[in-house]
Amino acid sequence: MKMSTEPIVPRPLSKTVEGLAPSGIRKFFDIAAQMHDVISLSVGEPDFVTPWSVCEAAYTSMKDGHTHYTSNSGMPELRRAIVKHLQELYDVSYADNEVLVTVGVSEGLDLAMRTLLDPGDEVIVPEPCFVSYQACVALAGGIPVSVGTRAEDKFQVSVAQIEAAWTPRTKAILMGFPSNPTGATMPRDAMQAVVDFAKAKNLYIISDEIYDRMTYEGTHTCVPSLDGAQERTILLNGFSKAYAMTGWRLGYACAPGPILAAMTKIHQYTIMSAPTTAQYAAIEALKAEADVREMITQYKQRRRFIIDGLNKIGLDCHMPEGAFYAFPSIRRTGLTSEEFAERLLHEEHVAVVPGNAFGSGGEGHIRCSYANSLEKIGIAVQRMERFVKKVAGEAPKTAAA
Amino acid sequence: MKQAEPDEILTILARDARTTPETIATLTGRAVEEVRAAIADYERRGIIKQYKAVIDWDQAGVERVFAFIDVKCVPAREVGFDGVADRLSRYPEVHSVWLISGGNDLRIVLEAQDVREVGRFVAEKLSTIEGITGTNTHFLLRRYKEDQVTFTETEDDRRLVVAP
Repeated sequence: MKMSTEPIVPRPLSKTVEGLAPSGIRKFFDIAAQMHDVISLSVGEPDFVTPWSVCEAAYTSMKDGHTHYTSNSGMPELRRAIVKHLQELYDVSYADNEVLVTVGVSEGLDLAMRTLLDPGDEVIVPEPCFVSYQACVALAGGIPVSVGTRAEDKFQVSVAQIEAAWTPRTKAILMGFPSNPTGATMPRDAMQAVVDFAKAKNLYIISDEIYDRMTYEGTHTCVPSLDGAQERTILLNGFSKAYAMTGWRLGYACAPGPILAAMTKIHQYTIMSAPTTAQYAAIEALKAEADVREMITQYKQRRRFIIDGLNKIGLDCHMPEGAFYAFPSIRRTGLTSEEFAERLLHEEHVAVVPGNAFGSGGEGHIRCSYANSLEKIGIAVQRMERFVKKVAGEAPKTAAA
Repeated sequence: MKQAEPDEILTILARDARTTPETIATLTGRAVEEVRAAIADYERRGIIKQYKAVIDWDQAGVERVFAFIDVKCVPAREVGFDGVADRLSRYPEVHSVWLISGGNDLRIVLEAQDVREVGRFVAEKLSTIEGITGTNTHFLLRRYKEDQVTFTETEDDRRLVVAP
């Protein structure tokens, strides 16, 4: 019997879901997965494995029988440790009941949007940004309003840009600095100006600070530490990047009591509680400062190495101040970011992510993760050099190149 | 008080001694000449002792026997344990000589062709050194990790090829 290639659903699916574009990254995953000698600079996670002390703590907790649900909000011991951690790092004070342990920042983001938005509410989203921001706003019934940041501004967002995007329907600003994919950070005064604007227009701020520890120039600006920010900010963070714990799926949200209580309501109905083993691991992770520092040192060195390499082969790249991504311009090649990424993968077996996957302002760039060994980064840059030279040697497609 | 961080140049070389001054300059954001000068200075002052490779001899098919010999000795006037340690260090088959805490005083790492050669070393060389009152020999059976390098498994990248 012949199988139908397009299964038919009995009734149409949700219009919101149907309207979502699939992640632009997916296509490359399918192609790259078929090749065996691919060097992947397209991975958005640390190449380090979780510090061993953290794994041991998780293992011990399982052996001791801690395999049940925890309190909806997360283990009190973990929440206290998170509060202490934020106080020590950024001098931000949260009460224990202003912290919710989530399944990664991903869940925190979804909860924040569903808690804040009514249908038609607008959320200003500086782009290029993490691929989920737009979708999370849309799934909560909101309307994402893009603000494109530019390479010449080091991909920082200005108050003027946010002001231009503001309408009476604007309810919140959703930002992630240090930025995936650009590596941009926000200086304290520039971020304070954004906060002041939010205050003047009575807007919420959702600040995804998952890359906070990967700040290489100056210090990280923790949004709720700014004047007048904490009362209107949902701070999202987690263990994936700084502690190399992506697979554990653990994050947290901090917000003023009433907002956090509302988020917890959704969380208790949809998630119940974050994974218990991961919570035990996280308590230990917050003590693994030496491991974090060692990883950061290595990212910092690799950052200089890849930026130097990319600039030398003619892919202009600003020095990113945070995260673990280089976001070079590929305009000189005359290719679109998708053409570049697809051809680079097929012809040189190097996987990068086309900039247009990250929203407006991303076209003309590619994202190269340097969460990889120096050896592999070196080989990848060599292959990219060969590719760039080859493209430069080809006849331009149109006269007006 | 916070301890001073070691110089990045040293930690990079400790990880991979073949890293060139040019690469180190890129990694650390310093000038190549500055890096060269610093390395030369470290070498001159004996801070960098040597550059060598970590080799899995078993995999190379080379039969070697390694023994850890704990040595008890009577400290000598003026020099303490240094006299015996110095004499032990002069044997080329002795890889390491350490002063240790606990029931014994010195621990040496000895490389030999076979077990008999270890026996000869203990009987003929060690025991004749004045001040040594006892030895305790352990043979190395298998290496799992040495000098920060894991010998037992290849480090695979277990990540998905593409991730957001």
